[in-house]
Amino acid sequence: METKQIRETLQMIDEEHLDIRTITMGISLFDCIDSNVEKACQRIYQKITTKAHDLVKVAEDIQMEYGVPIVNKRISVTPIAMIAAAVATDNYVAYAKVLDKAATDLGIDIIGGFSALVQKGYQSGDRKLIASIPEALSETNKVCSSVNIGSTRAGINMNAVAQMGTIVKDIAAIDPLKCMNLVIFANAVEDNPFMAGAFHGIGEADCVINMGISGPGVVKRALEQVKGQPFDIVSETIKKTAFKVTRVGQFVGNIAAKRLNIPFGIVDLSLAPTPAAGDSVAEILEEIGLESVGAPGTTAALALLNDAVKKGGIMACEHVGGLSGAFIPVSEDQGMIKAVQAGNLSLEKLEAMTAVCSVGLDMVAVPGDTTAATISGLLADEAAIGMINNKTTAIRVIPATG
Amino acid sequence: MKVIITVIGNDKVGIVAAVSQKLAHLNINIIDMSQTLMQGSFTMMLVGDISDQTTSFSAIQEELTKLGTQIDVTIRIQRQELFDAIQKL
Repeated sequence: METKQIRETLQMIDEEHLDIRTITMGISLFDCIDSNVEKACQRIYQKITTKAHDLVKVAEDIQMEYGVPIVNKRISVTPIAMIAAAVATDNYVAYAKVLDKAATDLGIDIIGGFSALVQKGYQSGDRKLIASIPEALSETNKVCSSVNIGSTRAGINMNAVAQMGTIVKDIAAIDPLKCMNLVIFANAVEDNPFMAGAFHGIGEADCVINMGISGPGVVKRALEQVKGQPFDIVSETIKKTAFKVTRVGQFVGNIAAKRLNIPFGIVDLSLAPTPAAGDSVAEILEEIGLESVGAPGTTAALALLNDAVKKGGIMACEHVGGLSGAFIPVSEDQGMIKAVQAGNLSLEKLEAMTAVCSVGLDMVAVPGDTTAATISGLLADEAAIGMINNKTTAIRVIPATG
Repeated sequence: MKVIITVIGNDKVGIVAAVSQKLAHLNINIIDMSQTLMQGSFTMMLVGDISDQTTSFSAIQEELTKLGTQIDVTIRIQRQELFDAIQKL
């Protein structure tokens, strides 16, 4: 019996917060299109509740039998702007409500896909969907929305950039917390299992299971063992750790796919911090050698981390996908919050970090009186970084009123 | 189906006896076991076979958790494949 390995595995789960962050079922809604809103919504409800009927139960069974926590059970659907384009109505809130109802009835945590892809231009449904976002988010509990406004091939849709600034402000006027449910992307990926930006891409199969796995604490603990060693050893340690963590996602995803009788899509290994102590990306960067996140050297350390995580993850699973890398959501990461409070991490440094992390300006609170034009400016900068560097970038900003 | 059972807690008389008795009662065959004291903490790992089980996995888990509470140790049962998936190529 390999007692050392058993102990190591248990330690990863118990003390270092290794978990399956999400099991996300992607469901295509193309076969639910109808020019009648009620009929379309009925079909959508039917399809989602049929396909994902056992999702929560299967996830809970796996968690019990294997002892790996599965934190979130989620669903992503085809961007609703395409599904709803056939109807004559100007308001798509009914679609958001039916997604919310399906998610609630199934016991799903979040459902994503109230989305539009406008990197090159608007089709009629895109315009209506974007206009419906503030009301859709305020009228639902579990619905997430995303809009892709740029890509390396198409460039940036500056009309959409301008419009999204206003949309963020409109959401904040209703409830600033709802801004957490909207991500605005450049180079959005089609198989992302993480929220709020997940949608089921148009090139995907009818239904797939995608896994999102996390474990900043595991990486940090591993790096504590190689303190003071050369960078190639640091990088190698991250790769080996990322490998082990990704194997959990691959393993659990395979079992879940088999039990649900749905093809297994991808594993997304993203070091996604949570407010819990020891579950922080900032602490990993500081373990690599930074005095504080935000100090000179931060971008290099994050690049090293992101690169090694991707390389370690690739070999561990059959299909690696999604965003895979390190997330830097400021207000979800204890270490980041500390750095901001100490005045060590500025928005400008954060923007530089987004050039090498796996997403972008994530969970950044801005003053409540920030204008729509300023938010659009932030968005345009992020989109430009993504477009030129052929990477996914995004913003999720929260204008904090009061 | 093989399972890994781990027992962790403060060392005292009778832990091995209580756990093995419970496993016998549950008709779980012990294939391998290892026991050490790590920094004063009692650590036991067992490989069990539950192929011939009529009791459900969740019921076994419940029984073991209950025993753990009684004798003040943490008892965990997990299917073995997870460990291989993480640690072996």
